[in-house]
Amino acid sequence: MKIDPNARYVKTHEWARKEGDLFVIGISDYAQSTLSDIVYVELPEVEDEVISGEQFGVVESVKAAADVFASLSGEVVAINEALEDAPEVVNSDAFGEGWLIKIKASDETEWDALLTPEDYAKVIEAEAE
Amino acid sequence: MAEPLIYELSVPGREGAKPPQLDVPPAELPVDLLREELPLPEASEVDVVRHFTRLSHLNYSLDEGMYPLGSCTMKYNPKVNEVAARMPGFTGLHPLQSEETVQGALYLMYHLQEAIQKIGGFAGVTLQPAAGAHGELTGVLIMQKYHLDRGETQRDTILVPDSAHGTNPASTNMCGLRTVQVPSDERGNVDLDALQSLVGEHVVGLMLTNPNTLGLFDENLEEIIALVHGCGGLVYGDGANMSALLGVMRPGEAGIDVMHFNLHKTFSTPHGGGGPGSGPVGVVERLVDFLPGPVVAQDAELSDDEAPYFTFVTPPKSIGPVKSFWGHFGVLARAHTYIRMLGDEGMKRVAEHAVLNANYLLSRIKDVYPLPYDRICMHEFVVAGHFAEAPGVRALDIAKRLIDYGLHPPTNYFPLIVHEALMMEPTETESQQSIDAYADILLKIAEEARTHPEVLHDAPHHTPVRRLDEVRAARQPVLRYRREA
Repeated sequence: MKIDPNARYVKTHEWARKEGDLFVIGISDYAQSTLSDIVYVELPEVEDEVISGEQFGVVESVKAAADVFASLSGEVVAINEALEDAPEVVNSDAFGEGWLIKIKASDETEWDALLTPEDYAKVIEAEAE
Repeated sequence: MAEPLIYELSVPGREGAKPPQLDVPPAELPVDLLREELPLPEASEVDVVRHFTRLSHLNYSLDEGMYPLGSCTMKYNPKVNEVAARMPGFTGLHPLQSEETVQGALYLMYHLQEAIQKIGGFAGVTLQPAAGAHGELTGVLIMQKYHLDRGETQRDTILVPDSAHGTNPASTNMCGLRTVQVPSDERGNVDLDALQSLVGEHVVGLMLTNPNTLGLFDENLEEIIALVHGCGGLVYGDGANMSALLGVMRPGEAGIDVMHFNLHKTFSTPHGGGGPGSGPVGVVERLVDFLPGPVVAQDAELSDDEAPYFTFVTPPKSIGPVKSFWGHFGVLARAHTYIRMLGDEGMKRVAEHAVLNANYLLSRIKDVYPLPYDRICMHEFVVAGHFAEAPGVRALDIAKRLIDYGLHPPTNYFPLIVHEALMMEPTETESQQSIDAYADILLKIAEEARTHPEVLHDAPHHTPVRRLDEVRAARQPVLRYRREA
């Protein structure tokens, strides 16, 4: 199971990564593997507000539809439009091409409260048992 | 594919039915509605009958064997239900007939309302909702209107445990309310500490499935209800399946304020493709005035020697009708028959055997199939469909392999809180022999998973259509036939 060492995490299996003055948000490799084949991704619109801990989209697989939660609050500045035609990219590259949204954070200190890659590894380990 | 499409059987010019001679003057159709071509299949009567008969042979039904879909309650549907529902006095009725000419039907509806009230411990019942989720919608609308009627307009949130049916948050959303999820604790109960932190004056109510979708009776039911009532909220009982509680516990007396009952599950009416469903809703005294209208009432003005007279009444603060006419009457007739045939004692035996059968099946397989919440179950249970010794095998592979043995798979991948969930509900109508046969095959498949995992990956082997490409079906759905150009 891959864990991006440069990202921070939340217990609901979303990651966030700082890129310039923006934050990129996606679901973890563990999340995509648990969901199995992803068939549909529903994302907010650009300029929508997302609130940390609240749902901003849905990832649907052949097994289940899962809500995705924002790891930080802020304004959506980009969504990954490629996922509309190719949702399977979330399966093949969850930390890269399979990103979901980019936001301008309203409070960058929220980043510090997120789980480190080491802590997130423990969350996965506990869940897999 | 073993059986061609009816379009593929089509031969130009062949016909099976002729419309009757025109007995009214012909009318011209508007030109913009006329089509050059109407690509309907052309087939003879015998072609059509054979085609659909062959398709029906590919079906699997309750009349053929065990159907242990957890949460779906595929119990046997007694044939006497059909006899009652097909009585000409019922089938010949028209929904616009006057009250005095449909007293027999109203008698049946009234007594079904009474029976559901008695079973659930409720003060009033509506028979209108057309299915379980429709009953939920009705129940949430009633809860919402109750709070609005009291001027508590700030209540906008429904609490839903993470083990709930997906319809709970959907019903909430349909009413314009917010859903907040309540986690489960390590025993599969609602997490009381989490619930404590979530209740407040913004809460419309909690939607509680008990037994929950893990088949477990919540050990803290009283505390949960007290917490929700304590903040002024109401408790909705998702009674999709009441089999484990019939004649044993009345939810209304335990503090559940609203509850829907699925007649097509607990009360043995046809289900799935054989429906339609029916989802009556029972409420406690303080919510009776909000029920959808009309409900059937008995005229109290009559003396003892007169025949009772039944009439439609709309409750004073009703949320309004939720279904045209009177609900799915044919289904009500079947459920009423089921209840009358069983009687009070029979009801209780249903519950006892539903629970006994589930625990028997569980005890036969639990040493092999991992059990995430190891407790005595109610009418159903959830095991994990994966084995440490066969890491490549998933619940879906096991489900598909069961089809090869001529058995219907259990529910899989639900509830979501169990990885690789297999949810099994044998129901009370299965004998020990049929449950043993099912358990034997489950154990055999677990053995195959260790020794020949590829047999499971490639299953089903013996069906007209092999493993379906669910991913492609979801990503590129082709929902209708188009004739090749």
